Amino acid sequence: MAYKIVASQCTNCSACEAECPNEAISEKGGTFVIDPAKCTECIGHYDTAQCVAVCPVDKTCIIDAAYPRYQPA
Amino acid sequence: MESTAHHEAVTSESVDMDAIMQQVAEHKGCGTSSGSGKSSCGSSAGESELPPEIWEKVKNHPCYSEEAHHHFARMHVAVAPACNIQCNYCNRKYDCANESRPGVVSERLTPEQAAKKVVAVASTIPQMTVLGIAGPGDPLANPAKTFKTFELISQMAPDIKLCLSTNGLALPEHIDTIAKYNVDHVTITINMVDPEVGAKIYPWIFYKHKRIEGIEAARILSEHQLRGLEMLTERGILCKVNSVMIPGVNDQHLVEVNKAVKSRGAFLHNIMPLISAPEHGTVFGLTGQRGPSAQELKALQDSCEGEMNMMRHCRQCRADAVGLLGEDRSAEFTTDKIMDMEVNYDLEARKAYQAVVEQERQAKVEAKNEELAALADETSDIKVLAAVATKGSGLINEHFGHAKEFQIYELSAAGSKFVGHRRVDLYCQGGFGDDTALETVIRAINDCHAVFVAKIGGCPKNDLLKAGIEPVDEFAHEFIEKSAISWFKTYLEKVKSGEIQHFTRGDAEIRQGALIADEERKVCDGV
Ligand code: SF4
Ligand code: SF4
Ligand code: SF4
Repeated sequence: MAYKIVASQCTNCSACEAECPNEAISEKGGTFVIDPAKCTECIGHYDTAQCVAVCPVDKTCIIDAAYPRYQPA
Repeated sequence: MESTAHHEAVTSESVDMDAIMQQVAEHKGCGTSSGSGKSSCGSSAGESELPPEIWEKVKNHPCYSEEAHHHFARMHVAVAPACNIQCNYCNRKYDCANESRPGVVSERLTPEQAAKKVVAVASTIPQMTVLGIAGPGDPLANPAKTFKTFELISQMAPDIKLCLSTNGLALPEHIDTIAKYNVDHVTITINMVDPEVGAKIYPWIFYKHKRIEGIEAARILSEHQLRGLEMLTERGILCKVNSVMIPGVNDQHLVEVNKAVKSRGAFLHNIMPLISAPEHGTVFGLTGQRGPSAQELKALQDSCEGEMNMMRHCRQCRADAVGLLGEDRSAEFTTDKIMDMEVNYDLEARKAYQAVVEQERQAKVEAKNEELAALADETSDIKVLAAVATKGSGLINEHFGHAKEFQIYELSAAGSKFVGHRRVDLYCQGGFGDDTALETVIRAINDCHAVFVAKIGGCPKNDLLKAGIEPVDEFAHEFIEKSAISWFKTYLEKVKSGEIQHFTRGDAEIRQGALIADEERKVCDGV
C-alpha cells in the first residue's frame, strides 16, 4: 500500500514532499521518507505517483514490497 | 575537453571599513566600464546609452554592470532545492547549472535562516547589495520558500535588491508575486527556442502533475520561458537570459535564441560554456558531451554581440559576498553562528559607502577616456588578447603564482575591451601537482600575447616566454586598462618598426568550476 524512498539515492531535493497529495513525505534524519500509513500511491488524486514523476533520480521512489498494494475504499 | 564555470569573486584583503573606503578612494581609471553590462567594456555603454530607469537598476548590480562588478557583491542563498525539470547538464545531487557550480553541495537554509544570514553579511559588508535565489533547484518550483525569504529580507534590509534565476517553466504563474515583492532582476536560463533542440537538452519536465518527455516537454518549456520573459518585460522587471553553450547541440542555434529573447525585451544575454565532466555524473558528463573552447565561446559571443548586450564578466558563480571577507572570516558566517548573532543593520552607513562608489565610477570613466586618447590615431587592425592577474579594484595587483584566475582583455586600435575570465586554480580537479600548475596556466591563457602581473619569478617567466606569452611586470599595481593600452601601443610600434613580428595565437582551454570560498572547497574535495 505504499511507496518508499531509497535513501542512498535521494538527493534531498524535497521536490516530492511538496507534490504528495497526502502529505506522506517528510524529512527525517537528513533524507526524505514516505509514511506508508499515509501513502495512497496517489490513487484517487492523480494518474501517476507524484513522487515518482517529480524525482530527479530514477528508481528512487519505488513500491515498497513490504506492504500490499493500496486498495481504494 | 574540460569545460568551465566562471564566477565573480570580488575579493578584498580585509574587511576593515577604513581599508575598504581607502581602496575605493584609490580606485581610479579602471576602464572596464560598461554600465550596461555589455562585454565590450572599453568601447561600450555607460549611462548615456541606456534608458535612465534601466541604468538605475543595473548600475549597482554586480551581475549586470561590468563597472559595478568591481565594487559590489551579491550573495546567493539556497532555500529552494526542488526542481520541476531535468537538464542533461545537471546532477542535482550536487548543484544546478542555473548557478553552475558543479560538485559543490550548497548549504540548504530555511527562509528564516537565509534572511538572517543575508542581513548579517550585509551589515558587515557594505558592498553586498544584491541577494539572489538560484540553484540548486528552481526557485519557482519552491514558491513558498522563495517568496518567504524575499519577504523577510525586504522587511529587514529594504535597500538590498532581490533577484532570482529560473528555468522558466513556472514563471508565467508567478509573475504577479514576483512583481509584488519588487524583484527587479530575473534570470531565465533559455537554451533553445526549438523543441527539437530542446529535446536533446531536457529529458523531461514535471508539469500539471505529470512527467512529460521529449519534444512535447521542450515545447511547453520553451513556450513558458518566452511568455514569462514577455510578461516580465511588460511589467518593467529587468530580465537577463542565460544560455548554456553545448557544442553540436545548441551552439549555432543560440544565435536564434539571442534574436528571440532580444525581441521579447531581455536586456542582457549571457552565454556560458557547458560544464561537463564524467565525475559530475550528469548525462552530458557521462555521454562525453564536451564543452566549448575559449575561442568557440568568444566567436559565438561575438556573433551575437551586435544583437544585444552580451555579458562576459559573468563568472557563473554565486559571487559569494562572504568571499569578500577573505577565507579566514567566512567561518564566522556559518548558519549556527549567524543564528546566535545580534545584527545591527545600518542603512545609513551602507548608503554612504555606495555614494563613494558612485563618485569613484565617474572618476574612473574620465581616466579611461584620457588613456584612450593615446590610441586615437592608431589605424592598425591587429587585435591581441592579454591576461591580467588581479585581486580586483581594476589594478594589476596579483602575483603570477598566486592568481586563481586571469581577466582577459582584448586590445585593439579601438582600445581595451574586457572579454572574460580564465580560471587557473585547481578546483576539484585532483591530480594536479605543483609541477603541472604552470602548464595549466599556460593552457588557460594560451590565446594571449601577454600576461600582466604584479610580480613573477624567473622560472615561470622563462616558460611563459618559451610558450610565446610575454610576462609584463612593469605595470605592477597600476590600472589595468591604462597599462594594457600603453603596452599595446608599444607592441604596435615594435611591429611597425620590424623589431617583432605579429602572430595570431592558438586557442585556450576553459577550466571548469567556480571560485568558491574555502569552506565550500573542502566540501567539494570530499565529494
Ligand atoms: S505515491 Fe503519491 S501518495 Fe504516495 S508518497 Fe508518493 S506522492 Fe505521496
Ligand atoms: S524527489 Fe527524489 S531525490 Fe528529491 S527528496 Fe524526493 S526522493 Fe529524494
Ligand atoms: S533547472 Fe537547474 S536544478 Fe533544475 S534540472 Fe536544470 S540545472 Fe538542474
